[in-house]
Amino acid sequence: MKPKVAFFDFTCCEGCQLDTLNIEGQDLVDLVSAIDIVEFREVHTGKADHYDIAFVEGSITRESGIERVKDIRARSDMLIALGACAHIGGINCLKNHLEMDEALEIVYGEDAKYYDTIPARPVSAVVPVDFAVPGCPINTAELLRVVKDILLGKTPSLPNYPVCVECKMAGNVCVFERGGTCLGPVIRGGCNAVCVTAGRHCWGCRGLVDDPNLDSQKDVLKEYGLTVDQVVEKFKIYNTYSEVAQ
Amino acid sequence: MSSIDIKVHHVTRVEGHGNIVVNATDGVLEEVRWEVPESPRLFEAMLRGRHYSDVQHIASRICGICSIAHSTASLHASEAALGVKVSEQTRRLRKLLFNAEVLESHVLHACCLAAPDFLGAPSVIPLVNTHKDVVVKVMSLKRLAYKLADLLAGRKTHPISCIVGGFSMLPDLEKLEMIRDALIASLADYEALVDLFKSLAGEIPSFERETEYIALKDPNEYAFISGDIASSDTATVPIDQYRSVTNEFCVPHSTAKYTKNVRDAYQVGALARFNINHEQLHPKAKDAAVELGLKAPCYNPYMITIAQVVEAVHATEDSILLIDKLLETGVTKEPETAEIQAGCGVGAVEAPRGILFHDYTYGGDGILTEANCVIPTNQNHNNIQHDMEALVPTILDRPQEEIRLMLEMLVRAYDPCISCSTHMLQVRFK
Repeated sequence: MKPKVAFFDFTCCEGCQLDTLNIEGQDLVDLVSAIDIVEFREVHTGKADHYDIAFVEGSITRESGIERVKDIRARSDMLIALGACAHIGGINCLKNHLEMDEALEIVYGEDAKYYDTIPARPVSAVVPVDFAVPGCPINTAELLRVVKDILLGKTPSLPNYPVCVECKMAGNVCVFERGGTCLGPVIRGGCNAVCVTAGRHCWGCRGLVDDPNLDSQKDVLKEYGLTVDQVVEKFKIYNTYSEVAQ
Repeated sequence: MSSIDIKVHHVTRVEGHGNIVVNATDGVLEEVRWEVPESPRLFEAMLRGRHYSDVQHIASRICGICSIAHSTASLHASEAALGVKVSEQTRRLRKLLFNAEVLESHVLHACCLAAPDFLGAPSVIPLVNTHKDVVVKVMSLKRLAYKLADLLAGRKTHPISCIVGGFSMLPDLEKLEMIRDALIASLADYEALVDLFKSLAGEIPSFERETEYIALKDPNEYAFISGDIASSDTATVPIDQYRSVTNEFCVPHSTAKYTKNVRDAYQVGALARFNINHEQLHPKAKDAAVELGLKAPCYNPYMITIAQVVEAVHATEDSILLIDKLLETGVTKEPETAEIQAGCGVGAVEAPRGILFHDYTYGGDGILTEANCVIPTNQNHNNIQHDMEALVPTILDRPQEEIRLMLEMLVRAYDPCISCSTHMLQVRFK
């Protein structure tokens, strides 16, 4: 029997699900024929009771979301966090720097009382997560590799080297050499350093490598005359929820 | 007559979460409600305190489908506030990048999200088996739009290289020329899509309700990223007076804010743009409109999908012309933004779903102190509610399943983008 696969979204932009739909022609046809997509609200009408694999996109930012993700977990053999919001909390956690009442009032003014919100958190802060496909948005080649591994009964793995490795291979001039600030030395590779290649810097959307060499990062900052605070400001954009930021 | 009790919790094939509630007893309508329960995102709060070089990056994450629209509106607002001028080259590259998103979004919505209703399928997925040729064409059209965005901005979802003042990376002209050839070839695929939608015309409900239509208007072109705010009912106003048009208000059953101008509600999006700017469409798009029976003014909201098909043809023609110009002039690296000033500024663009405003205030240190975003889907929520109130009494004698489907199709026609509108679709029949 084909594995029953479902996609769910919580607080997020749904960009990772959209990019999933844009997997290159034949790969998408192969994928659709190897699995049975039973729920995918954004593109498909239908519901199911049990899932072999549940992909969850988005962070948890409401009390009602906690109950919903627990229910999905209870009905799923395997739960995979899809994208930065689900994996590390992502950009939604920027609001955690404000009191929730204050954040609501900024947006909704005196009507703030109608809305409930709690500090944003990754899915793993609420229920056990079996695996994560990182990034904002995800790298679809990586998603395909993860799905293939699971279908073959293998345990998927993520690169555990920093973005710098792929950035060097892409032939980029180091962002620090260009006078900028970059999170590449401590962030997990697997994105082919796409942001640096497009003329920017690493924003940290894939989260920290397993054992980030923070001392070495501090040395790099010192060498280029940058402060830890400057880097922490950049780091907070995706990694507010991580212990390092706190 | 029996009671009607429809509750669609989380309408499918739309971006984000929305519910439809309808109650009727013995043919008397008691309640019809469009609810938006999406989680509050609080982007306006999250943008505060950020440096202008981070603002587009964060604002892009408001929406995965229209991240280029949010990025462009964000950059325009930052540039207006900071006193930064951009070159003609940047303007052309931004329009081309914007077209890539219009193409991808319209093809996705018209073919993958709306068309399955006309073909009696739960989604595009089973159509892979029954309509493989069309699905393959649709996927390749989407793919081409992604390639164009990849080349210009490093990525379509959450573009990387569009920055305040211009671009941090310029496209390789040889690759751009290859995309130009592919765009020319794709016009034949769009003809096939026009034929497909023409053959489905009988499936499009004939409901009409005249409302106010609002879109950007530019005297020089079919406006997507420039112009003033035009209305079918009132005089044109500059974009920095957007609040006089949007008049946002909160309603308890929705995390999204609602809007209204001179009537109870107004419509934005492809049909509003078509109604206001149709004379400025490129020739093949005008032909497609004639083929598809779309004529301004059109008051049928189900025709929004058809207006999107017409706009996709227009965006393809427009992209070919823009690439020709870029190939003729070449592209040159421009200096990065050096000087900024404190101030307020508004950016407005026509996102695939309609007019979008970003309004920022910055201090002299380049740190954002205040942000307000008014999203197209929010501007349509109130109009969807009024459409439902007009439509349901005319179809109450039909089977409940049919009513439910017509309401879901109505919401889908608006191509709502709910995760960005909360700062929308369950049909619940009580």
